[in-house]
Amino acid sequence: MKLGFLVDLHLCMGCKGCEIACKVENEVPLSTWRLRVKYVDVGTFPETKRTFTPLRCNHCENAPCERICPVSALHYIENGIVNIDKERCIGCAGCVMACPYGAIYIDPETQTADKCTYCAHRVASSMMPACVVACPVEANIFGDIEDPTSNISKYIQQSNGDVQVRKPEKGTNPHHFYVGGGNVTLNPLASHRVEGYSLFNKLTHLPIGGHH
Amino acid sequence: MVHESLAATNAVVTLDVALPSVVWGWIITMNMWAKSVGTGVIFMLFYLLKKYPNEAGSYRFPVVVISIVFIHLFLFFTVIDLHQMFRFWHIFFHPHWTSAITVGAWMATLFVGLLFLLAFASFIKKDNALFDKTLTWTVVLAIPVTLYTAGLMAQSTARELWQMPTESAQMILAATLSGSAAMILLDTYFKKLSYEAKRDLGIILALSALGAFILYMSELIFGPMKAEEVAATLEFIKGHGEYTTMFWIGQVFAFIAPFVLVILSISSRSEQLLKLAALSALAGLWVSKHVWLVIPQLLNMS
Repeated sequence: MKLGFLVDLHLCMGCKGCEIACKVENEVPLSTWRLRVKYVDVGTFPETKRTFTPLRCNHCENAPCERICPVSALHYIENGIVNIDKERCIGCAGCVMACPYGAIYIDPETQTADKCTYCAHRVASSMMPACVVACPVEANIFGDIEDPTSNISKYIQQSNGDVQVRKPEKGTNPHHFYVGGGNVTLNPLASHRVEGYSLFNKLTHLPIGGHH
Repeated sequence: MVHESLAATNAVVTLDVALPSVVWGWIITMNMWAKSVGTGVIFMLFYLLKKYPNEAGSYRFPVVVISIVFIHLFLFFTVIDLHQMFRFWHIFFHPHWTSAITVGAWMATLFVGLLFLLAFASFIKKDNALFDKTLTWTVVLAIPVTLYTAGLMAQSTARELWQMPTESAQMILAATLSGSAAMILLDTYFKKLSYEAKRDLGIILALSALGAFILYMSELIFGPMKAEEVAATLEFIKGHGEYTTMFWIGQVFAFIAPFVLVILSISSRSEQLLKLAALSALAGLWVSKHVWLVIPQLLNMS
């Protein structure tokens, strides 16, 4: 069994329900996110549109974070999830430096690395990840990508090649797919980040490390 | 390609809560800088004992002390950078051998053991034969200890700027640069080395500076042609980039000024200029290492 995630960006409407559900389920502290939805506005008025891209850990088959972790705090579990043992983590931040997707952060409360685990604790109890349950349009599809009869496998088959992963050139083989994605949504270098253009301009970040 | 599409799509991020960027800051710079000195002086002692055994003989113990101090500084900064520093022992009891951090920690520990053996041989047993035999193995181990940080940077796959071949060369050059500079400064106090030995150290310093400078300039000019992430990263040290001034301060103090000063010192047999070159190199190395460490972390990964 290899669990994977697929987000149909045609369906996502940027409600951020998944983001909130994740925060609540995993008690993610203020100023940090295991899952977040990025808005990118494309075009020039009046020909404009807004795209929404949920971003989370890709649970790579060849995970740089697992390789660089000096104490195996980041480790694979049998279903392919890259899990984290926060009791073992020494907070070296090697995984933060290694993840090409910026999906790992230092939890300001525990001072250890943290990231999306595909809700491994819920999956172990045969439940769906919290973000899947919360999505009002079923844009999040979760399942076994090695089982051709699973929903995710069928979705991939029916998408006629319109299935993408982020930064495939990194050779990480992500187990997280997007349908309807494009350069603007999946490549962080393909969009400007202009000061003052954010919908929320006064975000406050907590310090990432207590002693830093 | 992205550059063209940016203008065409006019894509602007209007809502994102990107995670905080600089995670490895000045503490890691201190770590790399101190390690360069700690292993570099061992390389220099080995060279001087081979070429100038009579003059360099009395440096056996002082150089080992300097190496022990700087390697412990390196270890200190390594540990205090951990967000859970009291779990450092996990590296020894739950080692994950694919990680450059684990391999480096074990090698550095072995290196410290050999340094204390050298101190024992030179200070307590006063046995030069044992010292020289142990020094050979210490030099052999000093090479991977110097290089492992390059491995760690290479494993940081998110940071395209850090590539193993270039970083390996930079680490070795940093060690020979800072090692020769530290030996030049050490000799201003002990005054045991002949002019020829000091000139040799000056030449090592100048060639290390030249090599490192060529590597940085090669990355600056040719790096952007290879990968868009490298191009985006190097924008921080080009034009009006956030770190442009600091980058050039580092290049001038670490490499350009020492190279010129060593040439002038050799042509005029001036030891003052050599000392100045050594001081400039040590200060500039910290700055140039810091800039190279920080700029890839400014790039948004998502």
